Amino acid sequence: MRFELTRFPFVRSLLKNRWLQFLIWVVLLAGFLFAILSGLFGTPVGNHNFGIVFVWIAWWAVLILVAVPFFGRGWCAVCPIPLPGEWFQRGALMDPPQKKPRRINLRWPNRLRNIWLQNLTFTLVALFSSIILTTPRVTAIVLAAMFFLAIGMSIVFERRTFCRYICPVGGFIGLYAQAAPLELRVKDKQVCLACQDKPCYHGSQAGYGCPWDVFPGSLTKNTYCGLCMECLRTCPYDNIAVNTRPFSSDLARPSTRMDEAFKAFIMLGAALIYAGVFLGPWGSLKLAAWSVGSTAWFGYAVAFLAFIFGLLPALFLGAVWFGKLLTKATTTLKKSFTALSTAIIPLGLMFWVAFSLSFVLTNAAYILSSLSDPFGWGWNLFASAAIPWQPILTNILLPLQTLVLVGGLLWTISTARKAASEVKVSPVPVIVFSTAATLVMLGLLL
Amino acid sequence: MTKKQLSFGVLFLLAGAAIIFAPLPVGAAAPIHRTFQVEASQFAYAPAVLQVNPGDTVTIQLASTDVVHGFYLDGYSVSVTADPGQTASLTFTADRSGTWRFRCNVTCGALHPFMVGKLQVGPDTSLWRAIALTLLAALAMLILRPSIPRVEAS
Repeated sequence: MRFELTRFPFVRSLLKNRWLQFLIWVVLLAGFLFAILSGLFGTPVGNHNFGIVFVWIAWWAVLILVAVPFFGRGWCAVCPIPLPGEWFQRGALMDPPQKKPRRINLRWPNRLRNIWLQNLTFTLVALFSSIILTTPRVTAIVLAAMFFLAIGMSIVFERRTFCRYICPVGGFIGLYAQAAPLELRVKDKQVCLACQDKPCYHGSQAGYGCPWDVFPGSLTKNTYCGLCMECLRTCPYDNIAVNTRPFSSDLARPSTRMDEAFKAFIMLGAALIYAGVFLGPWGSLKLAAWSVGSTAWFGYAVAFLAFIFGLLPALFLGAVWFGKLLTKATTTLKKSFTALSTAIIPLGLMFWVAFSLSFVLTNAAYILSSLSDPFGWGWNLFASAAIPWQPILTNILLPLQTLVLVGGLLWTISTARKAASEVKVSPVPVIVFSTAATLVMLGLLL
Repeated sequence: MTKKQLSFGVLFLLAGAAIIFAPLPVGAAAPIHRTFQVEASQFAYAPAVLQVNPGDTVTIQLASTDVVHGFYLDGYSVSVTADPGQTASLTFTADRSGTWRFRCNVTCGALHPFMVGKLQVGPDTSLWRAIALTLLAALAMLILRPSIPRVEAS
């Protein structure tokens, strides 16, 4: 069921070519810096500011509706945030220099080699999202903080430590990349075992060692492969392939890690909360989420954290426990919990798609106007500044969201069956949990 | 796939199609004129959910209590704007059944894009159909394949 795209010389040379990637990087880096500038110096009205409109409407739509579901970590391959730090680390913009530059290059501490910090950074962004999504200056500060943190970490640590362990976006992209129909894998693992120098990991004159600290020979999931194509450039045996594959391929191998399990709950819970706060009719809830520092906000924050880290995993744990009881399985509860948490990955992804459809379709009209007047200063660069706001495709929005959510549930049930059979527990209680979550999401969106 | 599974599969597909497309019995109430006084303030409408029957003539009297707010109705593409302390009026015929969001169409503050309410024209069939479809999908997946793995004897 896999089809190797890199078997075509044209595709292979396109992916190996540094110029195309560099060109995309430069354009995106310029756009990213421009978003920071417009956030800092442009109008404070969010829906007329390039920073807000391009980051939270245009970029988010591309990311969650296209890039993540179909290309997995495709966005990470062109993300501009780590670039300046990486260029400093490498001492070059393109091919490796003759002499490797001397850098600090510390190893990231072993105890932090997991995605708990990414869970934390995403939760922080999610808690303050009402402010971040709507206030240009705050968006600019968050973007700038990520940018400079990535540079700072590249100066001190080796490889892309920020992307791998800190980036709030990278964490969930990695989680959902497992469901994508695209992968980078080695063709023959024996070739990797026999390879002495492992240039894909350590680098060579042909390219850099894996920036994501992954040895491609042991790659079995998309989670931590950033699709940067360095291994495609460095492998002396042409043993690296980029394949299309069926959706959900990595999910056949259930998760064994609690940090990844909690990432799935954080994403599922945040989608449910966002649907209620942003798309629901409850003004007091919106104000509570927005009035950071107020008593109402603290109440919102406590409820948010309790729902994501308490109620949701507790209900799921109860479902897993009941599933164990039904089959009298001897697998530990922890192992069953982490394995079955894999099932809610497609559910969470489809929740985010359904949620994003709502606000992307209703706010997409701002893209053209803010392109002409990015700072909200009265410019009209492309004669589109006066295009009035108009929601698009709202006639088909509800049926589309229903199909996405029901499709997500079917996908989840199928994944739950596979995961449950691995740990010999009944998937039925988890299916009931997922169905209930889908019904709640439907109630919030429709 | 066994014959039994195939039969169940076809049955579920037909049931799904029926849930999506079958017309539901709807009480044919005579159209009347309904007037709603809707208060708009940052970032909500009160009331936020309006219910009318298909064919009703609907008048929205929009009153803003703080800044300028708007009322734009999805599906109908009609709108009205109210200045602070003023009431503005909008009348239309509710000739499109279903659930439609109404939104503020005048930038009114940070959470302006999320200031929404809901107009329900007739019974909320889209939600009930979606719920039925969800339950059917879950049931189909449970029935079409055995769900409880057998524990191997140790």
